[in-house]
Amino acid sequence: MTTTLRRRLWTVLPLFAAGTIAAVMVAPTVGSTSISLVRVFDTSIPWADNVDAQIFFVARLPRVLAAAMVGATLAASGVVLQALLRNPLATPFTLGVSAGAALGAMLVIAAGLDVGALGVSTVPVASFAGSIAATAIVYWLARSQRRGLSTNVLLLAGVTLNSFFSALIMFVQYLADFTQSFRTLRWLMGDLDVGSYGPLVAALPFVVLSLAVFAVLPRTLNLLTLGSDVAASRGVDVARAERLAFLSASLATGAAVSLAGPIGFIGIVVPHLVRLLVGADHRLVLPASACFGAAFLIGCDLVSRTVLAPLELPVGIVTAMIGGPFFLWQLVRHS
Amino acid sequence: MLLRAADLGFAYDARQPVLTGISLDVRAGALLGVLGPNGSGKTTLLGLLAGIRRPTSGSVSLDDRPLHTYSRRDLARRVAVVPQETHLAFDYSVMEMVLMGRHPHLGLFEVEGPRDLAAARDALAATNVAHLEHRDFATLSGGEKQRVVIAAALAQATDVLLLDEPTSSLDLGAQLDIAALLLELNTTRGVTVVVSTHDLALASGICRDLLLLREGRVLATGATADVLTPDHVRALYDVDADVHVHEGTGQISVVPLRRTTP
Repeated sequence: MTTTLRRRLWTVLPLFAAGTIAAVMVAPTVGSTSISLVRVFDTSIPWADNVDAQIFFVARLPRVLAAAMVGATLAASGVVLQALLRNPLATPFTLGVSAGAALGAMLVIAAGLDVGALGVSTVPVASFAGSIAATAIVYWLARSQRRGLSTNVLLLAGVTLNSFFSALIMFVQYLADFTQSFRTLRWLMGDLDVGSYGPLVAALPFVVLSLAVFAVLPRTLNLLTLGSDVAASRGVDVARAERLAFLSASLATGAAVSLAGPIGFIGIVVPHLVRLLVGADHRLVLPASACFGAAFLIGCDLVSRTVLAPLELPVGIVTAMIGGPFFLWQLVRHS
Repeated sequence: MLLRAADLGFAYDARQPVLTGISLDVRAGALLGVLGPNGSGKTTLLGLLAGIRRPTSGSVSLDDRPLHTYSRRDLARRVAVVPQETHLAFDYSVMEMVLMGRHPHLGLFEVEGPRDLAAARDALAATNVAHLEHRDFATLSGGEKQRVVIAAALAQATDVLLLDEPTSSLDLGAQLDIAALLLELNTTRGVTVVVSTHDLALASGICRDLLLLREGRVLATGATADVLTPDHVRALYDVDADVHVHEGTGQISVVPLRRTTP
């Protein structure tokens, strides 16, 4: 079993990583205009004349990379929060982070402050600030006097804050004019068309920091799912581990939502499917979910760009329409 | 003294202390039973002895060193805990469950190696569940689950094992199996065992010493034969009982007769 884990780490994870890399390479070649990978990487053709390379690197790759980043982040955050809350039904949006992000974005759009500089607009900045504010409120509420975080309070505070922020969002929408309302609604559906590499670069430090924290968590997450007393008796500093898990997952989710809006289903469907494939050990589930989440969202985005081309479906609708039935089918198959 | 509690007090709310003035010595190799009605503070006491909770007053020491001066990891290499119930949110296999006991012996990114696997297999063999290694934990019976959870604590390779009502949800046969297992771990492996229980047969059958807790205070403590008397049973549970000592085996049996208060 142990040797199996070691072997599985070395066989399963490279497979998942290879799948993700393949998705990143192939997805930009698919679209309304067909291009050839050979021409894209043909350095003998000058950049100005190489339309294929321009489509690949300028029009499509930022979007594919955004899908990879957001998919990986939401799926991994889902895994971390499910372990923290000891509940496989938790999502990255359960604890109010996305509602905070949405409220931030709504306020900027509705106030007409949506301006951009250096490829980064005020909307993602405001939505990131909103997610941080929501995280801070939930964290402050859940910090029990005795020790560490109370996961029950965390859950209740998160769910309540979600409802409260949703009401505020509706209020802002009610006051906004028709165009602004449409834009806010469109933002809520999720959109990976980031336009350039700027937003990706802006989100990258937060995503990398969160993923670095995730990297030290998996064995501790296994123990946290057994309950905080058991985890403590096995040598886990529970208060510190819970704090790290909550703050890193919230930061990652905030960064992902700021980049592409609240794209649902990834954070619950992907971890669940990955568990069916690799078992429950978080040392496999967490990295495999990050890889699978990236590939899954790239795939969903591909569908959203092509299925009704030249019309484009919001990717959040696609993730729900693919993820939902697939998830239910898996549940029925394995129950 | 291996584990010593001195004038221990614990309260979530200062007006309602859970434990008051508990002093207790656990020698290396002891097999101590903690008896008391529901809400008497047994689980809290075990939590304090394991260092999971910090006492509000008094102190616990391990090898004459206060528990709070140990790191969590160092403490987990000395003291293991078997919780009353284990509910899983995710489907771990039996081997995964037992290997989680190796956590305090592993580095941050270290994956369990042959040494850890051997410890886990040894623990599964000691608890007679080696054949369940590849099963999913969720599919086991109550008795099997309890053995696997004890195996996980054994894999932790500690010299003290604290068990919280390990037989409370088991049938009669499984109760006897767990009692025999605890006695064997204590006598053949030299594991120091502290077990809280409502099971007077378990307490009288295997525990050499008993600590009686009532409303967060020590009612009596000492050798089982001295402590398990009709007077103490009445004071502990408000129950009149006959206590018999079997002449041949020295086995004590307690027969409850009636409630003394409504």
